[in-house]
Amino acid sequence: MTLLETVHLKKYFGDTHAVDDVNLTIAEGEFISVVGPNGAGKTSLCNVISAHLIPDSGKIIFKGRDVTHSSVIERLKAGIARSFQLVNLFDDLTAFDNVALAIFSREGKIRNMAALAHRDREVAIEADTILDQFGLASKRNEPARSLAQGERKLLDVALAYALRPRLLFLDEPTSGVSTREKDKIMDIIASVVRGEGITAAIIEHDMDVVFKYSDRIVVMHQGAILAQGAPDAIRNNDDVAMVLLGSSGPDAFSRKE
Amino acid sequence: MAMATATGTPIWRITMGAAIILVILAILPQLVDAYQTVLLTYGLIMAIAALGFNLLLGYTGLLSFGHSAYFGTGAYTVAFITRDFGVHSMELCIVGGMLGTLIIAAIFGFVCVRHTRIFFGILTLALSQVLWSLAFKFFWVTGGTDGIRIPYANLSLVGGLVDFKGAGSFHRFIYAYYYYVLVVFAVSTIIMWVIAHSPFGKALQAIRDNETRARFVGISVRRYRWIAFMISGIFTGLSGILWVPLNGLTTPDILYWPFSGEIVFMTVLGGFRSFSGPIVGAIAFNYLKTYAIASTEYWQLLLGVVLVVLVMALPAGIVGTTARLAAKLGRWTK
Repeated sequence: MTLLETVHLKKYFGDTHAVDDVNLTIAEGEFISVVGPNGAGKTSLCNVISAHLIPDSGKIIFKGRDVTHSSVIERLKAGIARSFQLVNLFDDLTAFDNVALAIFSREGKIRNMAALAHRDREVAIEADTILDQFGLASKRNEPARSLAQGERKLLDVALAYALRPRLLFLDEPTSGVSTREKDKIMDIIASVVRGEGITAAIIEHDMDVVFKYSDRIVVMHQGAILAQGAPDAIRNNDDVAMVLLGSSGPDAFSRKE
Repeated sequence: MAMATATGTPIWRITMGAAIILVILAILPQLVDAYQTVLLTYGLIMAIAALGFNLLLGYTGLLSFGHSAYFGTGAYTVAFITRDFGVHSMELCIVGGMLGTLIIAAIFGFVCVRHTRIFFGILTLALSQVLWSLAFKFFWVTGGTDGIRIPYANLSLVGGLVDFKGAGSFHRFIYAYYYYVLVVFAVSTIIMWVIAHSPFGKALQAIRDNETRARFVGISVRRYRWIAFMISGIFTGLSGILWVPLNGLTTPDILYWPFSGEIVFMTVLGGFRSFSGPIVGAIAFNYLKTYAIASTEYWQLLLGVVLVVLVMALPAGIVGTTARLAAKLGRWTK
């Protein structure tokens, strides 16, 4: 079943065609990767789908409803959540408070000013469970600013996940961390996302990661979709290799390694 | 302390600490003279204003340079309802004054929260100066620079049970009013503490730390800022309401921008990143200003120097720096 569909979606910045006539379909339960060289329009696409940017034209259909003109909060309620490429956290709040805040918001309890936040047992249990799932339990009481880069990346994803979305858009969840940490982060994300049956779209540069974890890969180039398909099909696509690696031929991706 | 409690300073310890301080404050007037009692009353009153102000600065990350507007609205509303409607009950004055402040804070806040940073600060400043010029120019209503007198003898406390007629009434007023203010201060502090540690308070801190992400976890940033603005205004208004009977007179000075500056000053002095900072700062500032005025005619210069030294040497304020030193000492002795 189709969860998200974009129809002739366009977003231009002057002469730059950041999102150029994109028709993207994401099925329920899919784990897709969006790849492409720098400036291909991956983050812009994520921004338009999450209502961070308003598209110039085209439509965004989510669960059969047109959400093109709905606000960030309306899209969150519908079930679209995202993380950020440059980590976006509440730096002076603890890791626990960061996650708890997302839960309070989701539950509609965030307006409450007559009760102590730490006294809400249900929220505390859920927040601790999520921190545990993301391997951050030991950092519970640390302010977000004092976490290591890899942990901050995970907390950023945990924050979006705590909103219990139907579609989770992750903008480069492993950028800026070491190769070894990348695998750890991706293993955690994949196990949480697959375990809960959440539909996920990740933007990623590292093709090893992409080939390993995705059901389907969408390749963007100059704002448009160049190719899409299963990892094997993309691996053997000469156009894709040319755009991403600058060389083509059989096993271009393996040679690169 | 906002952070200390977040990481789990047990609630019973905070309650114990607060209870001890409250007992000391309750005993203090028995140990010091009437003048010191009056000074402390002023300090507690200003502490309520600073607490309100800091909900915006420390918790929401918005620096208002116009909180004189809400202090002044509270004070002038009390002056109007006692003079023009013959109200004697202090409780009615509080209710009326808070309503008046809420209306002004709701209108000004609605305009100001559309902006942040310097634009927010300038707007709050400009709007407060509109009120100042009204108080200044509409002298047939406000008495202009002469202000409006509010004799304490016209007022009664606790629903008319305590009044101040006859011989020795001023002395009685000073002590009765101290305890009255102390109760209002204690209740205000508890309410503000709960707000600061509620889910709503956490949402304000989230907005302070990262507006974009706050939106992406589903917080309507502008609406929350507006609500914080109104709460902040009401607290500062309450401070102005309590201040009027003690001062006996309200003049446009309390609507003028330097008075907003004093509220900023006392909050920074105490430390705006801790819950108790504004309280300590307000009481300390009140003594500082009183003794500066008594000791030199260049008292503004003295206060200015203190502020410069403070910002450079103790950026975390009195409370923040003390907490840091205590933590260091704790590690050192271990």
